Amino acid sequence: MKRNIIVLSVLSLFSIQALTAQTPLPRIAPGINTGDTAWMIVATAFVLLMTIPGLALFYGGLVRRKNVLNVFMQCFIIVAAITIEWIVCGYSLSFGSSKGFLAPYIGGFHWAFLNNINITDLSPYFVSHSQIGLDGKAVGTIPHLAFIMYQCMFAIITPALIIGAFAERINFKGFLVFTILWALFIYNPVTHWIWSTDGWLNKLGTLDFAGGIVVHVNAGIAAIITAIMLGKRRDYKGHAIPPHNITYVVMGAGLLWVGWFGFNAGSGLAADGLAVNALMVTHVAGSVAALTWVMLDWIIDKKPTLIGISTGAIAGLAAITPAAGFVGITGSIFIGVIVSVICFCMVAYIKPRLGYDDSLDAFGVHGIGGILGALLTGVFASPLIQSAYSGAIYGNYKQLLIQFIAVLATIIYSGIGTFILFKLTEKVIGIRATDKQEAIGLDESQHGETAYNNFD
Amino acid sequence: MKKLEAIIRKSKFEDVKNALYEAGIEWFSYWDITGLGKSTEEQIVRGQVFQSSYIHRRMISIVVRDINLDKTLDAILDSAWTGETGDGKIFIYDIQDTVRIRTRESGPEALFNKE
Repeated sequence: MKRNIIVLSVLSLFSIQALTAQTPLPRIAPGINTGDTAWMIVATAFVLLMTIPGLALFYGGLVRRKNVLNVFMQCFIIVAAITIEWIVCGYSLSFGSSKGFLAPYIGGFHWAFLNNINITDLSPYFVSHSQIGLDGKAVGTIPHLAFIMYQCMFAIITPALIIGAFAERINFKGFLVFTILWALFIYNPVTHWIWSTDGWLNKLGTLDFAGGIVVHVNAGIAAIITAIMLGKRRDYKGHAIPPHNITYVVMGAGLLWVGWFGFNAGSGLAADGLAVNALMVTHVAGSVAALTWVMLDWIIDKKPTLIGISTGAIAGLAAITPAAGFVGITGSIFIGVIVSVICFCMVAYIKPRLGYDDSLDAFGVHGIGGILGALLTGVFASPLIQSAYSGAIYGNYKQLLIQFIAVLATIIYSGIGTFILFKLTEKVIGIRATDKQEAIGLDESQHGETAYNNFD
Repeated sequence: MKKLEAIIRKSKFEDVKNALYEAGIEWFSYWDITGLGKSTEEQIVRGQVFQSSYIHRRMISIVVRDINLDKTLDAILDSAWTGETGDGKIFIYDIQDTVRIRTRESGPEALFNKE
């Protein structure tokens, strides 16, 4: 122990001297930063917490009592199935590189089954903390495996968000096949476009700090397409079907909020000032959006509702996601207010007129929230946070255009891709639950279990 | 012996309970019920305001001796009344027999404590 301290102090003296003397740094084998790595392990757990039990409770409370277990099960099986998909080829397709004309659009298979990755490898991806490796390439300060597992949680929650659109009327087998296909063919390429260093939208300069486009726009568009294609629930009468357990909804929203700190503040892949900024703006935007929504509730519909405050918080958190590492406190307040007002109008007035049945407003809250957040990142990105990036209010109108292109490309790809995969699943194995199954509830018809028994 | 099943407003439950105590009726069962009827209740979910056809009420079930029927009925009628549509209904049934499990007493004696 004593020796370690001596070694460390000698090392730090050496590095200070090296910096002050402006001599070229000698090649030292790069190592992990324990602070960054510790935070990334915690952040990974936080993002898992968002799906189970966070999202499971949030969505499970919003459905009727006969379908709550089905929603929990969908969330749970996504965690298990997508993890396998991610290890098998998802990570490689998303963050790996390929050769030839496909390179900007999809990764290759060289990291399939996490082949060629050792526990001593450092993450090739980094945001603010990097170091020069022995081969002269910049690498991050956390193990490569930490990055893989952190991103695995993002791959899990994205298809889980779509559940809100088709809840209460989907056949479980069809759901599972569709979800895995969607993760493979929609999530992986879009992630590659935006987050891989080879991705075409990444090279264009798209700003998406923690997945506003990759996660929320992507899932939101898939949500509206599946909601329309699957048709309305048999009992849908043009307005929301009342939730069965609002306490679940509130607990779920709370856990999602907590998890979101890992989601956004972890996306800097380091424990530093940028992470704290992300945490702060996430918290502020969530609070502002929750407050805005509940005020609208109170003024327009006379009562402040729990569903309102929970939904508002989620909308704000979704919208701040792409912006978390680029905007300051002012930007986060504007984003929170704007997204809350627009999402409120969307689910309260526009959705009922359009007539589609997005059961739990996966599109109205996550889709619209994500789209607005991605565009507003192009408006409010501040050079005070990351000096290389600025938005329209700092005179960089081009950023807004880039954000628009990225959102549009994701909408088109996710929309068409979801349509094709849905049709395919429908034709091959069927996807809509039968009228009888839907009527008795998916808990009993799909799983043979019920949530609330009348007996001891 | 008679059984009274009264559907009352949830908001009137405490008043009805107190009135029954005052009338000397000290035990009864109750449970929450949901039903459909003419009246609707406004419901708000995520800013959408709509009329819900579900009506939430409380049901009280009381078994009394014939001599106590009128005062029980009056107690409920007076305490559960608001004058608005939806005050509820009372159903009265004949009870064939009652048996107290502990003592095996049957008939009206099983309904009250002699001690």
